Amino acid sequence: MFLDNWLPLIILLTSLLPGIVIFVLPEARIRLRTSLNMGGATVKLALIGVMIWGVRHEHVYETRLSILPNMDLILNADAMSAMMTALSGILWFLTTLYAIAYLETSPQSRSRFFGFFSLCVSSTIGIALAGNLITFLMFYEMLTLSTYPLVVHRGTPDSMRAGRIYIAYTIGGGAAFLIGVAWLKALVGSVAFTEGGMLAPFVDTYATQLRFIFLLMIAGLGVKAALVPLHGWLPNAMVAPAPVSALLHAVAVVKAGAFGIVRVVYDVFGIEFSAELGLLPPLAAVAAFTIVYGSVRALFQDELKKRLAFSTVSQVSYIVLGASILGPVATIGGIVHLVHQGLMKITLFFCAGNFAETLEVHHISQMNGVGRRMPWTMAAFTLGALGMIGVPPIAGFISKWYLGTGGLAAGQPWIIVILASSSLLNAAYFLPIIYRGWFQDSAESWPDKPAAGMLETHWMLLFPPLITALLALLAGLLADAPFSPLEWARLIAAREYHP
Amino acid sequence: MDDRQQKTDEFKTLVDFETKFNKMTISLLYALIGVVLLGMGLYRLVIDPHLVKKILALNISGAGVFLFLVAVADRIPGAAPDPVPHAMVLTGIVVAVSATAVALALACRIQEIKGTAELSENEPE
Amino acid sequence: MNLNDFLQPLTLPAWIVSLPLVAAGLSVALPKIGKPAAIFTAVATSMLVVMLGGEVLEHGTLQMQVGGWPAPLGISLHADGLSAAMLAIACLIAAVVTFYAASYFGPETSPPTFWPLWLFLWAALNALFLSSDIFNLYVTLELLGLSAVSLVALSRSAEALPAAMRYLLVSLTGSLSYLTGVALLYAANGTLDLNTLAAAEPGSPSISTAFALMASGLIIKSALFPMHFWLPPAHANAPAPVSAALSALVVKGSFYILMRLWLTLFEPLINPGTANLIGLMAAIAIFWGSVQALLAKRLKLLVAYSTVAQIGYIFLVFPLTSMPAAGQTAWQGGLYFVLSHACAKAAVFLAAGNVIYSVGHDRISELKGIVRRLPVSMFAFALAGVSLIGLPPSGGFIAKWLYLNAALTAGQWWWAVLILFGGLLSTAYVFRFFSRAFSYSTDTVAGRPVPWIMEWTAFVLASCTMILGLTAPEVIQLFTAGQPF
Repeated sequence: MFLDNWLPLIILLTSLLPGIVIFVLPEARIRLRTSLNMGGATVKLALIGVMIWGVRHEHVYETRLSILPNMDLILNADAMSAMMTALSGILWFLTTLYAIAYLETSPQSRSRFFGFFSLCVSSTIGIALAGNLITFLMFYEMLTLSTYPLVVHRGTPDSMRAGRIYIAYTIGGGAAFLIGVAWLKALVGSVAFTEGGMLAPFVDTYATQLRFIFLLMIAGLGVKAALVPLHGWLPNAMVAPAPVSALLHAVAVVKAGAFGIVRVVYDVFGIEFSAELGLLPPLAAVAAFTIVYGSVRALFQDELKKRLAFSTVSQVSYIVLGASILGPVATIGGIVHLVHQGLMKITLFFCAGNFAETLEVHHISQMNGVGRRMPWTMAAFTLGALGMIGVPPIAGFISKWYLGTGGLAAGQPWIIVILASSSLLNAAYFLPIIYRGWFQDSAESWPDKPAAGMLETHWMLLFPPLITALLALLAGLLADAPFSPLEWARLIAAREYHP
Repeated sequence: MDDRQQKTDEFKTLVDFETKFNKMTISLLYALIGVVLLGMGLYRLVIDPHLVKKILALNISGAGVFLFLVAVADRIPGAAPDPVPHAMVLTGIVVAVSATAVALALACRIQEIKGTAELSENEPE
Repeated sequence: MNLNDFLQPLTLPAWIVSLPLVAAGLSVALPKIGKPAAIFTAVATSMLVVMLGGEVLEHGTLQMQVGGWPAPLGISLHADGLSAAMLAIACLIAAVVTFYAASYFGPETSPPTFWPLWLFLWAALNALFLSSDIFNLYVTLELLGLSAVSLVALSRSAEALPAAMRYLLVSLTGSLSYLTGVALLYAANGTLDLNTLAAAEPGSPSISTAFALMASGLIIKSALFPMHFWLPPAHANAPAPVSAALSALVVKGSFYILMRLWLTLFEPLINPGTANLIGLMAAIAIFWGSVQALLAKRLKLLVAYSTVAQIGYIFLVFPLTSMPAAGQTAWQGGLYFVLSHACAKAAVFLAAGNVIYSVGHDRISELKGIVRRLPVSMFAFALAGVSLIGLPPSGGFIAKWLYLNAALTAGQWWWAVLILFGGLLSTAYVFRFFSRAFSYSTDTVAGRPVPWIMEWTAFVLASCTMILGLTAPEVIQLFTAGQPF
C-alpha cells in the first residue's frame, strides 16, 4: 500500500537526493561522490524493476501531491511511463559510469557537474512519470534549467554561446507549451493523461481552439524534440562534453520532447480524435521533412559529433512520424523507436567520446584506421551505425519495419519512400565512417596501442558503449521475448486504441 | 410708518440671508482655496529646478491640503466643528515638519557635494 | 502574572507594531545597542508574527481597538489572512536582511543611524499591514517613506543623495494626493474606518475623485510606469540590505493599501476603462523595465529595473480581477507575485551586495567568472532568477500560472500573451548576467572573502521562493483566511 502511493516519488528521489548532496561535496571527495552516484543509480534500477513488474500485472502506482488548490502533481506509472523510466534508468546508470571516467581530467568542478547531472535525470524521470500535463510541464521546464549548466560546463566562449542559443530555444518552446496547457486547462478543466485521450467529447464546442492548442503544444515540445525548424540548438550544443551529448541526445532532452508529443497525441487528444481534427497530416509532414532534412545535413558534416547531432534530428522524428499515422502498427513503430534510438544513439556518442578522449579524434577525416587502434569501440560504433541504417537484426530494423507496415496499413505508402530514402542517406553518411575506420590506413600518429591483454581505453569508457550496443542487438534479436521493448510497445499501443 | 417697518423687515431678511450665506460658504471658500494652493504648489514642484523652491512648493501644497481638511471639519452647519479633521491636520503638520527637515538636510548635503542645489534632469547611472 | 497575560491574542497586533518602534527609540538614545536590539527584534517579531498567523488561520480575523477607544474616534488594528501573509513576508525578509546587515556593516563602517532607521522602517511596515483606518495608513506611509529615504541617503555618495532627494519629493507628492483623498472620503462619509467605509454607498462624485486621488498617490509610491523614474537610481545606489528591503517590501506597502481600498471601497466604481488603463501602464512597465534591465551596465541597476518590470506584473491583478469570471484566481496570483517577488528580489539584491563587497564594483562587463569566488551567492541568484522568470518549481511560476488561468478563463488572451512575453524578457536579462557570471575566465577574479552569513542569507531567501512554489495550497489558505477577497 505504501509502495503504491509513494513508489514513483521514491524513484524520483533516488537521483534527486544524491544530487543535492553532491552539490555541497568538496571537489576532492571522489570516492563519496562516485558511490553516491552509482548507489543512487543502482537503487533506482532496482525500484524501476519492481515498478515494471507491477505495471505488467496491472498494479497501479500513483503519487499525488497538491500544488495548487485545484491542481495536483501526479506521478503515475502506466505502461508508457514504465517504458520511458526504464530506458532513462538504464541509460543513466551507464552514462554516470562513463562520465566519471570521462571527466577525470577535467579542470572544472565535478561536484557541480554531477549535481546538475542528477537533477537532469530526476527531471527526466519526472517527465516520464508525469500523470498530467501540469506535472509534465513543471518537470519539462526543470529539465531545461538543469541541462543548461551541463551545456555550458566548460565555460569557453563557444559553450556560453551554445548555452545562450539553447536557452533561447527551450525557454521560448516552454512558453508556447505553457500557454497551450493553461489554455486547455481553462477550456476543459482537467489535463490528466488518459489512455486513449480525453478530449473527444469537446469536438463540437472547441474544435478550432483545440487545433490551436495542439499547434502550441507541438511547437513547444518540438523545440526539444528538434523538429525542423526548431532544431537549431542541437548541433550547437555539441560543444558540451561527450557524456552531456550522450545524455541530451539519447536519454533526456530530445526524448522528453518526443515523449511529450507522443503523450499529447495519444493521452491528451487521443489518436483517433487527432485524426478527426485533421491534425495528423501536418504533423506527419513536419516529421517527414525533418527526417530527410536531418539526414541531408548530416552528410555534409565533417565533425563527428555534429554528424551524429543531425542524425539525431532525423531519427527522433521517426517517433513523431509513428505518432502521426493512424493505426496501431505505426504507433508501435514510433513508441518502440523511443527505446531503440536511445540505445543506438547513445552507443554512437559514447564511441565518439572515446575517440575524442583517447585519440583526440574529432573529425571524420581523422578517423582512418581507428578500427585497428580501438577495435572494440569501433565494433560498438559499427553496430550502432548499422542499427541506424536499419540493418537486421539490430533494433533499428524493427522500428522501421513497423513504421513502414503501419504506413501501408493506414493507406499512406509515401511513408515507405521516406523510410527508404532515410535509410539510404543514413547509409551514405555512416558507411564511409565504418569503411574508414576498418579498412583504411591511419595517417595520424596516435599514442601507442596498450600492451596485449590491456583494454584499449579506460574500462569505464569502454564498457558502456559495448553494453548499449549489445542491448541494441538483443532488442532486435529477442524482440518477441516478454519484457522486450517491442513487446512493451505492443502493450501500450493496444491500450491507446478504443476497441 | 409702514414704509419704515417694511424697510427694516427687508433689511433684516437681507442680513439674515447674508449671515447664513457667509456661514455656509466660508468653509466652501476655504476648501476651494486649499485646492488652489495644492495645485499651485504641485505646479511649482514640477517646474522649478531649485531644491529649496521645490520644498517650499511642497509645503504650500501641504498647507492647501490642511486648509481643505479644516474646511471639511465644518460638516454640520450650525453645530460645533468636527474635531477629527483637526486631529488629522495636527498630525499632518507634524509629518510635514519632519519631512521638510529631512528634505532640507538632503538639500544642504547635495549643495555641499554637487555645488548646486538643483537636481539634474538625467537619471544618474 | 506570566507571559500569557501579556501575550493575549488580541494584543498581538499592538506588540508587533510597538516592538520595533521601542527598539528604534532605544537605538536612537543608545547607538551601541542598535545591532543587538535589531537582532532581538528580528527574533521576537518573527515569533509574534507566527503566533498571529496561527490565530488568523484559526479564527479568520483579529481586531483590536487601541486604547480601548471604539471607532470612529479610536484606531483599530485589524488582521485578516491578507495582513497576516504580508506581515509574514515582511517579517521573514526583514529578519533575514537584519542578519545580513549585521554582517555587512563591519565595526568601522557601520553608520550610527542605520539601525534606528531600519527599525522604524520595520515598525512602519508592520503598522501599515495591520491598520484598517485610512488616516492611520497615511501616517504609516509617511513613516515608511521618510525612513526609506533616509536609508537610501545613508552612504552620502554623490549618486545616492540626488536619488534620495528625488525619492523624497515623489513620495511626499504621493502622500499629499492620498491625504486629499482621505479628506474627501471623510467629508463624504464621516468615518475613517475601512470596515465602516466599506458599507458606505458608492457612486457619489466625491468618492470617485477620492479614488482618483488616492490611486494616483499610491501608484506614484509603487513606481508603476510612468511614475517609476525615481526607483532605479534609489534602489541601485542604496546599500545592499536597504535595496533589498526597498524593492521587496516598501513598494509593496503602497500596493497593499491600493489593494485594500480596491477590495473594500472602490470595486463598484471600476469600469473596464480604468482597469484596462492600469493594465496598459502595467504592460508598458513590463516592457520598459525589462528592456532597460537588458541595457543596464551595473548589476544593481539591472535588478532595480527588474523591479520596475515585476511591479508591472503585480499591477496586472487589477485588470484581471475586473472580469467576473476570473475572480479569486487573479487575486491569488497577484498576491503570489507579491510574495515571491519579495523573496526573490531581496535574495538578488543581497547577492549583488555580496558581489560589491567582494570585488568593490558591480559593472557587469567585468564580472566574468564571479561564480568561482561566490558560489553560494550565485546559486542564490540562480534560484531567485528562476522565480523572476517564472519557471517551476518556484513561487513565480505559481503566480504566473494563476494569472494565466484567470486571463484564459475570462477569454482575455492578450494578458496571457503579455505575461509570457514578459517571461521571455526576464529570461533575457537574468541570463545576461548569469552567463557572464558562469563563463570561465582564466584569470582569477581578485576580491576579498565574503562572510558566510552574507552568502547564506541570500541563499535562504532564494530557497524561500522555491518553498513558496511547493506549498501553494497552504499559503493560499493563509491569505484567504477571513475572506479578504
